[in-house]
Amino acid sequence: MKIVLKQVNLLHPGQKLNEKNDLLIEEGIIKKIGGLDEEDFKLAKVYDFENKYCVPGFFDMHVHLREPGREDEETIETGCNAAAAGGFTAVACMPNTNPPIDSAEIVRFIKEKSSKHLVDVYPVAAATLARKGESIAPMLELYDAGAVAFSDDGSAIKTAGILRNALEYSRMINAPIIEHCEEETLADGAMNESFTSTILGLPGIPNVAEDIIVMRDIMLAEFTGGKVHIAHISSKNAVDLVRQAKKRGIRITAEVAPHHFTLTEEMLKTFDTNYKMNPPLRTRVDVEALIEGLKDGTIDCIASDHAPHSIEEKEMEFIFAPNGILGLETQIGLVFSELVHKKHLTLNQVIEKFAVNPRKILNIPVPLIKEGEAANLTIIDPDLIWTVDISKFKSKARNSPFDKRLLAGRSISVINNRKMFFEEKFFAI
Amino acid sequence: MSLSSRHLLGLNGVPKEDIQLILDTARTFREVLERPIKKVPTLQGKTIVNLFYENSTRTRISFELAQKRLSADTINFTTSASSAKKGETFKDTVRNIEAMKVDMIIVRHQSAGVPQYLTRISKANIINAGDGLHEHPTQGLLDIYSIIEKKGRLEGLNVCIAGDIAHSRVALSNIFGLKTMGANVSVCGPTTMIPAGIESLGVKVYNNIDKAIAENNVLNVLRIQLERDAGRRIPSLREYHQYFGITAERLEKRNKEILILHPGPINRGVEISSEVADGPYQVILDQVTNGVAVRMAVLYLLGTMHN
Repeated sequence: MKIVLKQVNLLHPGQKLNEKNDLLIEEGIIKKIGGLDEEDFKLAKVYDFENKYCVPGFFDMHVHLREPGREDEETIETGCNAAAAGGFTAVACMPNTNPPIDSAEIVRFIKEKSSKHLVDVYPVAAATLARKGESIAPMLELYDAGAVAFSDDGSAIKTAGILRNALEYSRMINAPIIEHCEEETLADGAMNESFTSTILGLPGIPNVAEDIIVMRDIMLAEFTGGKVHIAHISSKNAVDLVRQAKKRGIRITAEVAPHHFTLTEEMLKTFDTNYKMNPPLRTRVDVEALIEGLKDGTIDCIASDHAPHSIEEKEMEFIFAPNGILGLETQIGLVFSELVHKKHLTLNQVIEKFAVNPRKILNIPVPLIKEGEAANLTIIDPDLIWTVDISKFKSKARNSPFDKRLLAGRSISVINNRKMFFEEKFFAI
Repeated sequence: MSLSSRHLLGLNGVPKEDIQLILDTARTFREVLERPIKKVPTLQGKTIVNLFYENSTRTRISFELAQKRLSADTINFTTSASSAKKGETFKDTVRNIEAMKVDMIIVRHQSAGVPQYLTRISKANIINAGDGLHEHPTQGLLDIYSIIEKKGRLEGLNVCIAGDIAHSRVALSNIFGLKTMGANVSVCGPTTMIPAGIESLGVKVYNNIDKAIAENNVLNVLRIQLERDAGRRIPSLREYHQYFGITAERLEKRNKEILILHPGPINRGVEISSEVADGPYQVILDQVTNGVAVRMAVLYLLGTMHN
């Protein structure tokens, strides 16, 4: 089958590509950029994408798909549907499933289950067996089965000794250790520790709980030569630490979740459990530091930390409710509304954070917009004004605090694996 | 005259006129409590649920008695949050209770924010009887009532709250209420028990109890709550008593005019010595009596509002 994306703005910072042209895709392969003749338009489905941007397919390197174990909250299929609807052609899924992704069988199960989807799924395997922090997982076998990184996400790797081993061992495959930075003896709380937690009477998590693990991990990355990737960075001090470490040439990268640069702890005053997450929402000062970190490249990627939870679980008394919110279907809108339109990031920088850097960190080739290459594309309308409606989410869950929020900018289509998602539907191309 | 809100969730943001109205109404009920027949028909036909997810003896009894004195029909629902967690959800419990056509819900819960949550899922008037480390507004009101009863005023008075401020809902309600009524408020305790940013509320912080005693007219002494693992934040109860305990010797040396309050239950020999707990400075049992009158006032004012 042939499709033509007509008069679309082709943008790829890695290729220094920035031109308005027609794009012909045949059997999932980019056949022609420009110079299309009448023959090409014949029998092709033509999409008029004037004023839209066609960029390399976006990659969300931090999602929770809940399968196996909590298929009532999300499945690999519904999670992938949400990814496509949100503008992503690939995700990396976290290992805190039940059973956890700590064996090659589970990695293969996830690869198999997602193999026919538009969205590519790259499993992140547990760094330690059962995520217990006691002994390192069979990293070489996991890697061969398809795992691209290792993490005990949900918590940091428990001891410095085990992290050292994980970093040294993973060097053989050059895979990063993704760290959820939290010193658990300091983190027994339900929100950021501050004046706000004091007046709300909610137990607090101080940002030093994050900073101390970021510091530890930087020192061990330097000592071992391994690669550390900081997941969902949220505090100003942590951003400063990563910035300094990068200057010293330490192999460290970082991602930030959209809720951490769009919301502050002030939202907790509603006691709405959709604002409960870990790391917690922090202060205005932290939000500004995160945006600064994105601008100067200290923070490499934006990733959603998409964390589906059932309604019964979230509709609980605040201290008992689980942490986490949905992210896949709102994050491009939030990034454009809060970062691009407010002139913090350029469109090219957004492509770096969403398409290029996550793949570089995970050693996955970045898709090219070039004749002869497989079409792996995200189409964006940066100016489309839309209202978030959680009832329309492709995700199985509904735990988003962004319901009814007016956003400017969203993905209108994704193309990958000879499939296209457009106007709420998937079809083969 | 009526209150500006149909719920009492906390004292944060409650206007001075509302607090004054509650105090004035409580004074009337305080007189009722001295009569041989201590009952009035004011809330006849109203149904009130005491929804207690956390152990409480005195607050629950005080509310229950206040309800009976006002002739309301009362149901008690007592459970521990941990056992409820395993079975029915909080929301389902509330919906069941709501289906029985109740007018008011008095709630205590170990999670902050539950009273606010209740206002979203129930039509009843909600009174917070203590939520997590957040607020305990009727305790704050009865403390204020008791201070005014003894000192004649609050305006310009120096009031210090001593103890584990970081893990006390009584402290926060006291701070909000006392400040609204014009008192100069301070807190005193070891540094590990002072919560983040408390000075931003316009509260002075002491780490020296002798200084706090010398500079204040009223000392509200909080229970050191062993169940909230105070043990991790102080080396021992012995050391706490030695450096922060309220003893007769300290009071005689520093301030003989001081008024001592304690919300109870008291830990004798920890935050307060027996001599002080039973001595001339304290009004601990008056607080308990006043508690019934203040709760009657709150129930009456909310229960007779046009919703």
